[in-house]
Amino acid sequence: MSDNAAIWARLAALTPARIGLGRAGSGLPTREVLRFGLDHAQARDAVHAPLDSEALARDIAALGFPTLSVASRAPDRAAYLRRPDLGRRLDPADRAALKGPKRASDLAIVVADGLSARAVHANAAPLLAAFGPLAERAAWRLAPVVIARQARVALGDEIGEALGARAVAVLIGERPGLSSPDSLGIYLTFGPRPGRSDAERNCISNVRAAGLPHDLAAFRLAWLLTRALSLGLTGVALKDESDRALEAAPTAPVLADRDAPST
Amino acid sequence: MAYRHVVGPRTHVFADLAALMAKATPIRSGDRLAGVAADSAEENAAARWCLAAVPLADILARPLIPYETDDVTRLILDTHDAAAFAEIGHLTVGDFREFLLTATPETLARIAPGLTPEIVAAVSKIMRNQDLISVARKCRVVTRFRNTIGLPGTLAVRLQPNHPTDDARGITAAILDGLALGCGDAVIGINPASDSVQAIGDLLQLLDAMIQRHAIPTQACVLTHVTTTLAAMERGLPVDLVFQSIAGTEKANASFGVTLPLLTEAHEAARSLKRGTLGDNCMYFETGQGSALSADAHHGIDQQTLEARAYAVARVYRPLLVNTVVGFIGPEYLYDGKEIIRAGLEDHFCGKLIGVPLGVDVCYTNHAEADQDDMDTLLTLLGAAGCTYIMGVPGADDVMLNYQSTSFHDSLYLREVLGLTRAPEFEAWLHTIGLTDAAGMLIQGAETPLLSAAPDLAA
Repeated sequence: MSDNAAIWARLAALTPARIGLGRAGSGLPTREVLRFGLDHAQARDAVHAPLDSEALARDIAALGFPTLSVASRAPDRAAYLRRPDLGRRLDPADRAALKGPKRASDLAIVVADGLSARAVHANAAPLLAAFGPLAERAAWRLAPVVIARQARVALGDEIGEALGARAVAVLIGERPGLSSPDSLGIYLTFGPRPGRSDAERNCISNVRAAGLPHDLAAFRLAWLLTRALSLGLTGVALKDESDRALEAAPTAPVLADRDAPST
Repeated sequence: MAYRHVVGPRTHVFADLAALMAKATPIRSGDRLAGVAADSAEENAAARWCLAAVPLADILARPLIPYETDDVTRLILDTHDAAAFAEIGHLTVGDFREFLLTATPETLARIAPGLTPEIVAAVSKIMRNQDLISVARKCRVVTRFRNTIGLPGTLAVRLQPNHPTDDARGITAAILDGLALGCGDAVIGINPASDSVQAIGDLLQLLDAMIQRHAIPTQACVLTHVTTTLAAMERGLPVDLVFQSIAGTEKANASFGVTLPLLTEAHEAARSLKRGTLGDNCMYFETGQGSALSADAHHGIDQQTLEARAYAVARVYRPLLVNTVVGFIGPEYLYDGKEIIRAGLEDHFCGKLIGVPLGVDVCYTNHAEADQDDMDTLLTLLGAAGCTYIMGVPGADDVMLNYQSTSFHDSLYLREVLGLTRAPEFEAWLHTIGLTDAAGMLIQGAETPLLSAAPDLAA
């Protein structure tokens, strides 16, 4: 191995990005063209994989969260991809079921398939497992976890409003990337109601084992929710400075919980 | 005022200029989603005949969104140069197409301040792809910060070294990869995963240190919200370019958390830092068809016309860089490779004609009906059209934003087949550090000095 090849191998280990690929003239080596083609094929398949709501509900219930299941107005994947407006509205029957007597809550959590059911299958339960103890310590009142099919982020606005929650966190499968068909996004919105704009949300992206770890994502969500409930807003006016909180208290109990059961 | 066009036994009626322009637009999924697209192929063609006969002066006189209700309309009309418009004020849209095809680069530069986005969008709708390419190729928009971008025969590349968790070493490794492949003259620009001011500050310092250590004639940008960049400037962090996503209506900009006064404030703050050595173009904007509809802020106007209005917003801030992120928004706005290719050429044409330094993020997502072959096609057409810059993403796979763009290799391909060079200062730097030969071609294995200059990574 030449010096350069050895250096490139070390650099490539520092990032999931496709670096140090080599070249054939101005083009890519054959193996890289083929690798890209296979990864694209797998990402295309991830977009069309259906959400296993029942298994997801079992996993989440096992963590001690009551669950509900709903669907958007998009009847299938083909309609979902072409009609985002349908994915932002609740099926009328499900909306009626969410309404009705309820107790006030600080947060509604929505687990939504979005563009990658695979991301939800892999990351929703671990994220909730890390978030549960934080919510308990903060004494937040949680609405039942709502599992939503053919759902866009804004579906959380209607769900949060129907449940009477002060804020809603949507855990949603992000558009699958070539190297990350399983990436979960979290969108926090204070005062959920239909018509909220994206500028009124805070986002934590790339939650997955090879990206932002579940306990860190849960910590960020809890940090943002604390600020949101105290300021009465989310969005561009709420800057995520959770890094500082982490650095200020590197041994904070919140992360010590990684290894210890919560009390 | 209604517009009519007769085809044989049928009369096609278009309720107003907005409806006429929407129905004249080449078909795309976003206009169908908005309910403004033509209902038939004949209606689409009839609308183009009808639009071709509309005088440019009528388009100027009939704002699609009222002056009173939208600050983008006010900006367009308040900054309109009537003297520049006088040269073309007597033309119809159809005449204007032929005027553009015969105009010299000097003429196009002279009339640009007299063009409104609606005029530019209207004429694009009756132009074929080859028209969009040949006219855009004649437009000259040159900008400067630490190098010169947009000279004829050049193509710049934004080096986009994104990392899913903003890891400093991972980002540095990707930057070295891009530099070693001769990319980074437009900007080294990171889309951060975090929007915390502290994380943004760390990235700004990383980029600044890298540019200084290697004396690279380029500029840095962390593509975060303008308010975060303002906060970074207040903390004294090294900000070269202010980034912001913008759109073509006041309401759509509001959905991005942006107002025109906020952009003005950021522009003035960045200029006052005087970090550019060759010029003071210090804004970087991104746009994309469909953003207004996505924010429910489209006013019944087609997405391509709204996109052109975003360029009018960009124009007043004299940006260094503007790019459409053409296939990023998804198949509900641009369904497949054909729609993405058409939109990319339209956006580039409209931006250049209006006078902004338009680059294109030639890209698609995994839920769109498109693949690398479509990107190769659009990339090659944009190279022929004189596109200001493209993205350079390692292996075309953005591991943070989860979409496919163009790669460092793609830029090498385009340079080779079309004979395009880099920004001259950057080209000279590559030669000085021994990465390229006198013709600007990369020398195989010549990256050793560059790599060993990052001993903490390579060791």
